[in-house]
This record gives sequence, structure tokens and C-alpha cells, in this order.
Amino acid sequence: MSEIKLENVTYTYGAKTPFEKRAVDGISLTFEDGKITGLIGHTGSGKSTLVQMLNGLLKPDSGHIYLGGADIWAEPKKLRLVRFRVGLVMQYPEYQLFDETVRADIAFGPKNMGLSPEEIDERVIESARFAGVDEKLLDKSPFELSGGQKRRAAIAGVMAMRPEALVLDEPAAGLDPAGRDAILSGIRTYSEKTGATVIIVSHSMEDMAVYCDDIAVLADGKLKMKGTREEVFRRRDELLAVGLGVPMITDIACELMTLGVALGGDIYTVGGVADAICDSAAANGGENR
Amino acid sequence: MTDHTVNGAPFIETRHLSYSYEDADGNRHPALRDVSLTIPKGQFLAVLGHNGSGKSTLAKLLNMILLPDDGEIYVDGELVSSSSEPDDATVFSVRRRIGMVHQNPDNQIVASVVEEDVAFGPENLGIPSAQIRERVDAALAAVGMTEYALGSTSHLSGGQKQRVAIAGIIAMTPECIIFDESTSMLDPSGRRDVMDTIKYLNRERGITIIHITHDMSEAAMADRVVVLSDGEVFLDGEPSVIFSKPDELRSVALDVPQSTSLLHELGGRIAGFRVPDRTMDAKSCASYIKSELERLGLAKRD
Repeated sequence: MSEIKLENVTYTYGAKTPFEKRAVDGISLTFEDGKITGLIGHTGSGKSTLVQMLNGLLKPDSGHIYLGGADIWAEPKKLRLVRFRVGLVMQYPEYQLFDETVRADIAFGPKNMGLSPEEIDERVIESARFAGVDEKLLDKSPFELSGGQKRRAAIAGVMAMRPEALVLDEPAAGLDPAGRDAILSGIRTYSEKTGATVIIVSHSMEDMAVYCDDIAVLADGKLKMKGTREEVFRRRDELLAVGLGVPMITDIACELMTLGVALGGDIYTVGGVADAICDSAAANGGENR
Repeated sequence: MTDHTVNGAPFIETRHLSYSYEDADGNRHPALRDVSLTIPKGQFLAVLGHNGSGKSTLAKLLNMILLPDDGEIYVDGELVSSSSEPDDATVFSVRRRIGMVHQNPDNQIVASVVEEDVAFGPENLGIPSAQIRERVDAALAAVGMTEYALGSTSHLSGGQKQRVAIAGIIAMTPECIIFDESTSMLDPSGRRDVMDTIKYLNRERGITIIHITHDMSEAAMADRVVVLSDGEVFLDGEPSVIFSKPDELRSVALDVPQSTSLLHELGGRIAGFRVPDRTMDAKSCASYIKSELERLGLAKRD
């Protein structure tokens, strides 16, 4: 059980100063066990503040955060264990690589957990595989790696703790399309193989549509929407109103529907829309090749 | 290859440009190899390429942050950069004429008040203060940030900070602006605002644009796309030509806009469906598909 449940959570920066800003404002939200949830919102909507509360880096001013049913702040001394269970990958995690070799860097987390050397080796190999780090790179210095490889090594370091919940803040930012797909599919594989709950913060609606089951939308510190990607991306106008959007392919599908072409099913991926258009053509007398 | 000089006189010309980085052990790693490009005045050029393809190195060479190992750069027909040490006057002149906006909005704001940040560049150029006032006002208007002139830079969103950074460049009256992944850290509305600003500066002000990006739909808005791979020019042409080669692009870690993917997919699946030879935004893509379905008698009859 690695469901994460937020109950009326609030967080304020600079409380009781002229710069007081309520970054997270009364959010109740459940990240379901084993699902991949995309967290989207405009700059300053509270996404990064929210994710830092999920493993106890920030303490909510009020409200509760439950991990697998237990309040993570019930016993503050046990927060360390929460951080092993909820792995947080911050923005640009490659800036946090520090050890002499990629192997040692990935092993840092499991070592701190007190695992045996054999277990650590196993974890390093396994998480390198999930994150797409080539085994040949393990004995190199992290600083010899390319940008995309460094990013993967840093994510492997968090996966090596085998967290039940994996939280990633913009894991694919700045990567080329192939690097982006490699990282996001590695995250999905991790979730499928370990059953982990995954939360991905991103500005890319296209990526969210392909890789997430559910989407939660934040605006001005409040929860605006939460639902499956189908439910959320259907609300195109509301998303635009809060500074977001829908994937280009969803835009095309919505325009086609406005023009009177009926499309059923998935309108969030290129394959899905192509299927829907072919179905519509077939229904109107065409034959698919 | 299309002749891109027909639109205007060449503004930037690189000839056989090469650059390599040296690692800690003294080994050299080529980042750019024999790149020759002619960029006409007023062109909107997008540069695509996988991580490590040499895009940022090219930008730094054009802005004279780096000097080439080999080859030359000409601006307006004049040799400005080669492997030999340039004089300061040339470097300053090139940096004023070719401005650069970087990736992280937080790393390029220097003042705490918006208009002071915009004034930083022209102040350093020694422009008289009355003129600075005019330039700052005009620059903020050009990026749609006039109402924030007296506001604090720390309270801006990422997209607003990028637009302030662009205003700071415009206040130095550049002829060309290089955007080095300047949209990659922004939310969707921030991206839209920055792309609208870029298009405005190009079309209405005639500023030459070099836009480095990983976003295929942004590149589709340009007049021309150059694809770099492993430090070399891999493809060079109009977006419609470049994006008609999805397999070649995927072979160098890139992709095509979703509209292009969809049209190619339909071309392969619906008998007689013609794949257009241009890139399309969502709206025009939808109307095109509808018209093709009608032409083939596959649309719903009312």
C-alpha cells in the first residue's frame, strides 16, 4: 500500500511577513496506489511546494499527509523512514551527483539504508536498468557523462532505494525527444515492475497524455481538477484558462469534432486519434488499408 | 537544398566552423565540425539537435563567448571571429548586434525592478539617459510588459522573466537574437507568450531570429530548420521539407510535430489520403483532414 493522501493541506511561505504567500491552499487529493499521476499547473501554482511535502521536506502549516494510511508527521522522528519510502527526484537532479563513480553515486541511498553489499550491488544493477543507464558507464565519473546520461544516473540513485512512491519534478526537462521518451518509459517500467505509486510534475501536456493514468491540475495553490487523462484533457477551455493547454493532437481532435467529424475513444495520443479517424471514415463507407 | 539567401542579404555567415572541448585529461572532444551556414537578414531560423549535438556551442560561437578552433564567422560581410584572439571592440560590437537569451529565466535577471533590469544593457553601452528611457519603454512595450515596468523582478512568472530578459536585449537594438532553449523551462502559457514575442520581433521588427529548441511544433513556426547531429549539419531546409522525414529525424533522437505524425499515419492507412507537403498547426491540420475525408467520400453526409 503506497497510496498518498492529502487532507486539507496548506503551506505558506514567509508567514506573518509582508511577503506572505500561501503556496498550497487547502488541497485534498489522493495519489492512487500503483498509478502514475501527472501533476500540472502554471508557474507558481504550488506544484513544487506540494511535492516537497510528500516526503516531509516541508511540513504543512495545517492538514495531513497520509502514506499508506499513516500520517507521515505522526512521529516526526520516523520521517527518515518516510524518505526511504517516498523517493523524490528534484528538478535537474544531475546537479546533485557527487561521488567518484556512477556506481558509488547510485549506491549512496541503499548504503544509507544499511543494506548488505550484495543487496546494494543488486540494487545498483537493477535501478541502472530501470533508468536506462548503460552498465558500461557505472565505473566512470558522473562528470564524464552527457547531460541525458547524468539525468538517468541521478534518477537511478533514487530508484535504488526502491521507494514505494516515486515523485519526480520535471524529470524530462531540457532533454531531446529520444532522451525524454527513454526516461519516461523507464519510470513507467519501474512502476509496473515494483507496483510503485508515481507522481510526475511536468509542463509537457504531450508527455503527460502518453505516460500518465491520472492528471491533477493545480492553479494558484488550489486543486482545480483531478481525474483520468481522458477526463482532464476533455476540459480544454478550463485548462487554457489556467495557463495550461492540451496536447496538440487533442487540439486537432477537438477541432475535427467542431467540424462535425465524430471521434470516439482516445483523443490524447497520435495512434488513438488516427484509429478514431479511421473508424469514422470506415463508418462513412471507407475501407481501411 | 533550398537557397536561403534569396530572402535577404546574408547577415551571419559561418565558414567551416569547428570547435572542440578539452576534458580534464587533456583529450579533445569535437562539439562542432565544419559547419558552414548562411543566415540571411530577417530570417527566423530554428536549430534542432539531440543533447550534445552542438547547438549551444554554435550559439556561443556566434555570440563570441567561444572562439572557433578552425573556420570563420562573418557578420554583415565582415570577418569577426576566427581562431585568432579578437579585439574587444569587435567582441562588444558583435554582442550588441547579436543578443542572446538563455534557458533559465532566473539566471539572467540582474536588477530587482523590471525597468532597471531592462536598462542594464543600454547603460553599459554608455547611452545617454534620455535615450535609455525611450529604449526601455519601447522594449517593454515590444514584449508586452509595460504594466510591470516598476514591479519587482522576483514576483514575475518564468515566462514574464524571459520576456523581461528579451526586453533587455531589445533595448540594445540588436539585429539578431539567439534564443538558447529559452522556452524549455516555461509553462504552456509562458511558452505561448514567448513564442508570440519571437514571431512579433521577427515579422514586425525584422529582427533575425535563431531559435534553439527541442520542441518540434515551435520549430515548425520558423522559416528554416537546421538539424545538427554530432556536431555536423544533418538537415537544412524549410520546416515542411524537414518534417516530411520522420524516420530520419527519429534516427537522430528527434521527432516531428504531432500534426505531421498524424497526417503520415492517415496517409498510410486510408486509401487515397494525400499527405500534404507542409507543416500545419492544429486548426489547419483539422480542416485539411476534414477536406480529405470529404474528397474521398468518407465524411458524414448531412
